[in-house]
Amino acid sequence: MNYNLAGGVDVGSCTTKAVIIDRSGTILAEKVIYSATDFSAASRNVWADCLVHASLSEQDDIIIYSTGYGRNSVSFAHGSMTEIACHGRGCLHFFPGPITVVDIGGQDNKVIKLDSHGRRVSFKMNRKCAAGTGAFLEEMALRLRLPIEKLNSLAENADGEIALGSYCTVFSATEVLEKIKAGHQVDRIVRGLFHSVVKRILEMDTLTDRIVMTGGVIEHNPFLLTLLRSHTECPVVSPPHPQITGALGAALYALESGNNQQH
Amino acid sequence: MSYLLVCQEWDRLCVNHMIRQRTGYNVAESANTKSKPIAATSTMKKIMADHFLGLDRARKEGTEKIAWCTSVGPAELLHAMGFEVYFPENHAAMLGATRMATDLIPAANAMGYSPDICSYLTADIGSYVKGVTPLTKAYGIERVPKADVLVYNTNQCRDVQDWFAYYAREWNVPLVGIHTHRNIKAVEDYHISDLVSQIKDMIPVLETVSGNRFDMERLREVVGLSLECTKLWREVLECGAAIPAPLTFFDATIHMGPAVVLRGLPQAVDYYRLLLEELRQRIKHNVPAIDEETHRIYWDGMPIWGKLRDLSAQFASLKTNVVASTYCNSWIFDAFDPACPFESMARAYTELFIVRDDSFKEAYMETWIKRFSIDGIIFHDAKTCPNNSNSRYMMPQRMRDKMRLPVLVVNGDLNDLRCYSEEQARTNIEAFVEQLDEKVR
Repeated sequence: MNYNLAGGVDVGSCTTKAVIIDRSGTILAEKVIYSATDFSAASRNVWADCLVHASLSEQDDIIIYSTGYGRNSVSFAHGSMTEIACHGRGCLHFFPGPITVVDIGGQDNKVIKLDSHGRRVSFKMNRKCAAGTGAFLEEMALRLRLPIEKLNSLAENADGEIALGSYCTVFSATEVLEKIKAGHQVDRIVRGLFHSVVKRILEMDTLTDRIVMTGGVIEHNPFLLTLLRSHTECPVVSPPHPQITGALGAALYALESGNNQQH
Repeated sequence: MSYLLVCQEWDRLCVNHMIRQRTGYNVAESANTKSKPIAATSTMKKIMADHFLGLDRARKEGTEKIAWCTSVGPAELLHAMGFEVYFPENHAAMLGATRMATDLIPAANAMGYSPDICSYLTADIGSYVKGVTPLTKAYGIERVPKADVLVYNTNQCRDVQDWFAYYAREWNVPLVGIHTHRNIKAVEDYHISDLVSQIKDMIPVLETVSGNRFDMERLREVVGLSLECTKLWREVLECGAAIPAPLTFFDATIHMGPAVVLRGLPQAVDYYRLLLEELRQRIKHNVPAIDEETHRIYWDGMPIWGKLRDLSAQFASLKTNVVASTYCNSWIFDAFDPACPFESMARAYTELFIVRDDSFKEAYMETWIKRFSIDGIIFHDAKTCPNNSNSRYMMPQRMRDKMRLPVLVVNGDLNDLRCYSEEQARTNIEAFVEQLDEKVR
């Protein structure tokens, strides 16, 4: 089989992403939907949307790889790779190694180090606790009665920051309520919450070389890049669409796999 | 070391494998997810059953006195004094392997034992206060045998002392023990002389409880049997150096049972002769423990007892064999010598990996890693077992740099599955094997 097209489906705990690329790695279509409770349905739906967007159909020969928390729920995938591999591969598409990939996801964070050849040197995921992940910001938005999409502009435009010390998401929520009761401005508290996310990343691993931030949290909260820059002398960048980097990586693996099968 | 119930689970895995081999029909799981069954397992199950039933008989009939002993406690002395010896750590591992532990630990937590301390302790005390034991399902034994004396060695941790102290208060029975030196670089004469004194100091209490006089010749005999057992166990584990390996870490955690609870008795020696012969035949005929072994892993830290089966299947499906471990090696005691039983016991208990400093541990691991052609190292950081978690003071990073091997830290626990995230662990292991694949390419 000679594949001219490849697809990647990244089933995350919060959203499911799909990407279709051509042989040169150019993105033809990308889609993001909520994962909800049925990963299998989410993967089918996002893929169907992506096909329509690229003016393709299920009859087209496309090699597909899945990734993410629900990677094993994608019944139509030809193969799968972990999100650790795929975020690394997706970032390498835009930035040559050596790089340190920082992926902030819905329920977990990853720090992935790739050498000058693009080979993975090491990786770390956060432990069981979801402190510093998308789930943390979602919980805080809920407590503050703020729409989650407002957080980035509030943090960015705040004229100061209220430092938060708690590690645990639940205790952080209590701390936030105390700060509100003490009369602190909400935007300053939100910047403190953003800083809390950055601190969790800094605790995970040493950050070296060029730092590439990916994931849905970065897509919607790019002020986190600015905050991280204040903690490191390394350049901090992100790919054009951080949220679909994992799906793109899966598509690139699929393409390589398809090409290898031809030889 | 979880025996009949774990063995039953193991059998199910292995039987599925045999059915698939014979019929091509996949019973429960995808291909390449099983390790090959070891025929000697049935013999092991029998001698382990005899051990527990013997203890139960002693409890009911009062024929022999029962001593509780920590896993690397002075079992040789206790056997020589005529005790039936029971190992609560073994029982705790059974609670973990049968996944009873996570439901029982909260009972001990509620009594005042922190969720951050040893989950063997909390699971075992939880099982006692709840009046349940996996021995009931496995052997029809109603309850664990009550101790006439409790004998600990702090070479494992201080928690064993606190653990046994609970039962000493509960039953009003004597509690004696050995306080081993810790963080030892080289074993010195003063370590040995101190331990010898501590071991000898226990004898009057043990004579009183057992009603037997200490007999040096009997102790020499028991130490001789322990030496034979440990030599054979070393040879069993060293079979893992063969490529492909004829056994897995997960096999070894089951088959170490006799080395733990029957050390010093002839049954253990006979068993390991049988097992060793089978493994040698596998090596001779190039029979691997898992199909298409591609990567070889060293495991440092405790097993995750409640996930043995899942992890075994995952590694096999990834064509990756965990061929060596610190944990299973911890029952190799080269120092036993019937010519000088006290000194050699003291040395055996002190040369133990767990009481050594990091420089010794790293050198020890390096030897095994080289010998076993290891491709990657996994450290299990067990939340409630700091003494068996070597990942907390940068050892993984040092080993990675020194050995030029990928390392992975898996967060979990020996018994408390509340501290274990299934998906995080699975993804970490899968990503680690992807990294090994990348290296091969």
